Amino acid sequence: MRITVVGGGPAGLYFAALMKRADPSHEITVLERNAPDATFGWGVVFSEETLGSLRDADRPSYDEITEMFARWGAIDVRYRGETVRSRGHVFSAIARVRLLSILQRRCADLGVELRFEHEVSDLSGLAEAADLVVGADGVNSTVRAQRAEALGPTLDVHRTRYIWFGTHLALKAFTFIFRENEHGLFQVHGYPFDARTSTFIVECPEWTWRRAGLDRATEQESIAYCEELFAEDLAGHRLLSNRSMWLNFVTLRNGSWRDGNVVLVGDAAHTAHFTIGSGTKLAMEDAVALAEALERHPGPDLTPALVEYELARQPVIERFQQAALESSAYFENVRRYAGFEPVQFAFNLLTRSGRITHLELEKRDPSFVAGVDDWFARNATGSAIQVEPAGHRTVRVARAPAFTPLLLRHVDVTNRVTLSSPDQDRCEDGVPGDEHTHRAEVAAASGAGLVIPGSFAVSAEARIRPGSLGLYAEAHAAAWRWILDRARHLGEARFGATIGHAGRRGATRPRTRGVDIPLEPDDAWPLVSASPLPYTSRSAVPRELSVEEMPAIVAAFARAARLAAGAGFDLLELDLARGHLLASFLSPLSNRRADEYGGSLDDRLRFPLRVVEAVREAWPERRPLAVRLTATDWMPGGFEVDEAVAVAERLKSLGCDLVHVVAGQTVRNDRPEYGRFALVPASDRIRNEAGICTLVGGHLTTMDEVNTILAAGRADLCILDPPVAAG
Amino acid sequence: MRVGIGLPNTCPGATGRLLVEWARRAEAGPYSSVGVLDRVPYVSHDPLTTLAAAAAVTSRIALVTMVVVGPLRSTALLAKQAASVDSISGGRLVLGLSIGARQDDYVVARVDHRRRGEALSEQIVDLRLAWERGAMTPQPARDGGPPILVGGLSGQSFGRMARSADGYVHGGGPPRAFAGAASRALAAWSDLERAGRPQLWGQGYFALGGTEATETGAAYLRDYYAFTGPFADRIAAGNLTTPQQVVDFVRGYEEAGCHELVLLPTVASLEQVELLAEVLSA
Repeated sequence: MRITVVGGGPAGLYFAALMKRADPSHEITVLERNAPDATFGWGVVFSEETLGSLRDADRPSYDEITEMFARWGAIDVRYRGETVRSRGHVFSAIARVRLLSILQRRCADLGVELRFEHEVSDLSGLAEAADLVVGADGVNSTVRAQRAEALGPTLDVHRTRYIWFGTHLALKAFTFIFRENEHGLFQVHGYPFDARTSTFIVECPEWTWRRAGLDRATEQESIAYCEELFAEDLAGHRLLSNRSMWLNFVTLRNGSWRDGNVVLVGDAAHTAHFTIGSGTKLAMEDAVALAEALERHPGPDLTPALVEYELARQPVIERFQQAALESSAYFENVRRYAGFEPVQFAFNLLTRSGRITHLELEKRDPSFVAGVDDWFARNATGSAIQVEPAGHRTVRVARAPAFTPLLLRHVDVTNRVTLSSPDQDRCEDGVPGDEHTHRAEVAAASGAGLVIPGSFAVSAEARIRPGSLGLYAEAHAAAWRWILDRARHLGEARFGATIGHAGRRGATRPRTRGVDIPLEPDDAWPLVSASPLPYTSRSAVPRELSVEEMPAIVAAFARAARLAAGAGFDLLELDLARGHLLASFLSPLSNRRADEYGGSLDDRLRFPLRVVEAVREAWPERRPLAVRLTATDWMPGGFEVDEAVAVAERLKSLGCDLVHVVAGQTVRNDRPEYGRFALVPASDRIRNEAGICTLVGGHLTTMDEVNTILAAGRADLCILDPPVAAG
Repeated sequence: MRVGIGLPNTCPGATGRLLVEWARRAEAGPYSSVGVLDRVPYVSHDPLTTLAAAAAVTSRIALVTMVVVGPLRSTALLAKQAASVDSISGGRLVLGLSIGARQDDYVVARVDHRRRGEALSEQIVDLRLAWERGAMTPQPARDGGPPILVGGLSGQSFGRMARSADGYVHGGGPPRAFAGAASRALAAWSDLERAGRPQLWGQGYFALGGTEATETGAAYLRDYYAFTGPFADRIAAGNLTTPQQVVDFVRGYEEAGCHELVLLPTVASLEQVELLAEVLSA
């Protein structure tokens, strides 16, 4: 086979070597635009997993590469003058120029033709002359540009600026450094790649970069600026430049990696943000996968081989790109965690991409996680329930974060796991039955710290369904007092009640065969909402809540709060979510009012906050008040997380203690984003920007997920959905 | 996990009699269901008519659409058709619905492609209400009519499924892809506060019997999915063509929490029913 490889970087050279090695009769040419000794960048990082595939693919180059490796197992996070070290990771790195020279030599030994300083302009000619053309020419690929229509590239430009330096400071770990000055927060991603040199990448937000004047700075001025800022970290060493420039990282994706006999590998096909340090690793793995696929499907038709290559690599790349996006988003928003103590800051950083969890870190470095757990148990439980300080020693048997208590006002929730019952009740006039007693007992004995046994309507007209639970009569409070008294003997769970008004989602059937199906008109009751907009095309048109009716609604909420207190609930949750009455005021999608209760966020908040104040007043001062809040409508033009943060700040100032973060269902045709940790970013923002405790769910099914979210400071309580058995 | 087999209603060369005989043999085999596909501008048998014929020669197996592109059809007529198949089969229909993936279906059927999502959301509830009210359709064999599954991979699809359907039907792919979709389906179900769990159905393509079957199956898949461009090659590459691939696939789906997996033929030859039965029974 005649193969032309465009680009003499690691992917192109390695692929050429592997193919020639597999079959010396292949005629392989590598075309490189630069000279053999030209190089950009400093060191490249590998993980242990990659090394196995390189060893299997070509032992001689593997031996040479690993001979040159710098290896280390620690990650250091330097923040607020402290360094937190986490061990047990496996990294290797090598100078890019050395890697290239090894691969160039290997290619030459095997008989690959290497042509340097050769610029490719006419791809069609190459593609006609060769059986296969491999585009290994990097993120600015000429090959890709010439086949853009078939390959469908998309480019996402990141918002931060970064610059690559080297330094003769020999770092001992993968090192993250955070330094703040009058211009803003800068961070360094540094790692050693030989005995005396390290890569030192400096990154900052665009506006920090401009404020520092770096947009106008020469290369020497940029070096001087960074050397001064990181003087303490550099310990007298200089920053070395290699035509270093401030760049925006670009995430590249391609719909297809192949077009006829042209195929892309490495950065030409995909990029993943450098904060997860994988570019060269992924590029060389591409080369292995492509060479293997071509070996398995020799025939003149290249399609089966190229399809197999894509099938093998695209899912891997997608996962990396997803993790890289989460990682880069973390660094873009890292100021949010400026109030964290170093140990939690470090844990949060290490778990930023969702790939590494509490459990995984514990496997790698048990003492680091013991330190995190110990810190959490002492410092993150709401102050009053303090473990006796044990000097500076770490408690080796600290409880995992999920099993630490949380003090909310005077209520100590014994652990962070919350069980919330779905709204499936079948009661008469809102009164609970045996089913509720049984469920409450089971939940109390389940080991959960907080149980929310149901959503309670604040009046008969406030019910979602005829069988909804109520808290609008003494009989309701009495029934629940009896249930809670029984349940309390079975465990340590605290009980919470959610009180709400269905608004325009009221008067619907049981949810057995579908949600929001209205009752037959004869069985229904009139609906009320912020504006007269029906929830679905079948739903009754609600009446616009008049200003005159508002006091009665406020009074109903306050009454429900008093009844819940009398029943003995430990926590009260106010329903400001799901498109129900109070939430209907919050969202511009459901609130079209022209009076002072619609329009700006302040106006849309006016009525719901009046209810919050009345409920806080009616609910015992010693017990915590939570608000279930829609963080985003999941709908263009709707309520967004920015507004939710502002609302959370107001709620906090009115004496709310906890925000239960949910999303969607404001309108029926929303665009939900279901997936792992879907609600966690919103919880993270609300908690750390508004400074209020959060409760988050969104289908969390393992204790590891809960521990990771808690220890990273992304929420304070988690709703656990029981895991699903297979089959 | 239960395993069903597809009827080759969209495979080239499948005659009506072959479909009927296929259903008869499936009933006699280790299968829990027969499934059909839906495609308008492609030589194929209509899914519900095919299932009605299958109903007449079977009495045990479930009859599932994987899927019917709901918005292409008038809801009143679809309600009637589906209720009729359900009635004829004594309550064995499982109605999988989705918006489909191809715009040309909508062009040929003269249905507005832009409204497809909204149309399907409305349709599911309308079907349910039509069956419950029973003013136009035969008395359903089960209360509220046949179970409805909804497919799709967008957040809106999962929301639609959890709001109005009884379960989720996946569109095919490796077990890992199914597991991801199943997890999102469960998240949506829990988010909408539905009781219990959604039924989770999966599907995969197969062609057993050697090189000729492999090639025929691949040619059909490349043609059937030609509208996806280069992706068609990848679907063809995923066709299960050896017993080991079938066994691994079935195990992968079972581990991913699938309740019923329907293996769809890509070769319209009756021996496929027996070849797959041998693999499943081994």
